Amino acid sequence: MAAAKAARVGEEVWKTRIDKVNAELVTLTYGTVVAQLCNDYDSNYVEVNKQLDKMGYNIGMRLIEDYFAKSGSQRCANFKETAEAISKIGFKIFLNITPVVSNWSPDGKQFTLTFEENPLADFVELPDDGKAQDELWFSNILTGILRGALEMVQMQIEAHFTSDVLRGDETTEMRVTLLRYMDDELPPDDE
Amino acid sequence: MSYYFCIIGSRDNPLFELEFGTSKQGGDGIARFPPEARQLNPFVLHASLDVVEEVQWINPQMYLKRIDHFGSSQVSCFLTPTSTKFLLLHLPHPPNTSPSLQNHGQNPHMFPPYASYTTSAPSSSLLTRASATGGAGNAATIPTNPASPQAEEAVRLFFTEIFEVWVKSIMNPFQSINKTLSSPVFKSRVLTAGKKFL
Repeated sequence: MAAAKAARVGEEVWKTRIDKVNAELVTLTYGTVVAQLCNDYDSNYVEVNKQLDKMGYNIGMRLIEDYFAKSGSQRCANFKETAEAISKIGFKIFLNITPVVSNWSPDGKQFTLTFEENPLADFVELPDDGKAQDELWFSNILTGILRGALEMVQMQIEAHFTSDVLRGDETTEMRVTLLRYMDDELPPDDE
Repeated sequence: MSYYFCIIGSRDNPLFELEFGTSKQGGDGIARFPPEARQLNPFVLHASLDVVEEVQWINPQMYLKRIDHFGSSQVSCFLTPTSTKFLLLHLPHPPNTSPSLQNHGQNPHMFPPYASYTTSAPSSSLLTRASATGGAGNAATIPTNPASPQAEEAVRLFFTEIFEVWVKSIMNPFQSINKTLSSPVFKSRVLTAGKKFL
């Protein structure tokens, strides 16, 4: 039920309130950023993943405000609702994709996002240096975006890619884990 | 028919090369260049770049058709707007047989050893052999006579397809422009296009 509502909101906002840009612009810009990072870090892909995640974190912290402003959606009652909102509103209005939410853990704190399409990775073939295929998560900026965005609304999460079609996997999947809700805590040394 | 396909960058640097055979008329898609020809092919294509330079500013088309020949090998060219050249060398012979075997009996000392130097059209013995084995019809002319309109059209379709997959390949952010194209995906796409049209 929550899913259907989220889908409706996402569709509506995408149609009426979003400025569109050319897909190649996004794809090529993001691709260039990743390629440049690989260059700068001398193909240290672990570090590239980290940097992408950091960039995403900074984007996410801002994007969440934009998300609420555009979608006008309310606080989510539970993490399942959050997952639906991420997939059907968040990804829909910013990338026009709706990754499938599935594979919930029994405690309802972990789920998998399956990306059937990924506009960031069009045209991309990972470098054939025997390392990138095993180490680089090309779209790792997305994990950072989720982490940053949810942190701003009092949810500490951990997100990582578990498979990527660019690496030759069947699907592109991201695992998202809720660590805790951050309830109005005082900063660490604010006694 | 055996094919040698090569992409030459805008600074006349080779970016990609691939040999394959015809898949029409029951061909198995394996190139059957004589060993001497295999060594000569890159030179033949490189030599034809002079002709490309001559015609590229007077011909508004990207597909420049057959531009050069060496012995019975023909060279077709497709020129992209950024001056990257797709060159295709075709050596006509009936599918699934080796061209060197046929000429061996006639004149073993002929140079180039696999064909006569003088004509641009395939020798008559090749033609009769093809019509005897492969039967008549449109398909028969593609693998044996590169001068025929059908063959030219087939090569045009091949180049157009290659142009499309090549554009996709150079859109890959990890692919530097004017650097060797080593992507296995691109190679398999070229092979598919070759199978489909040639």
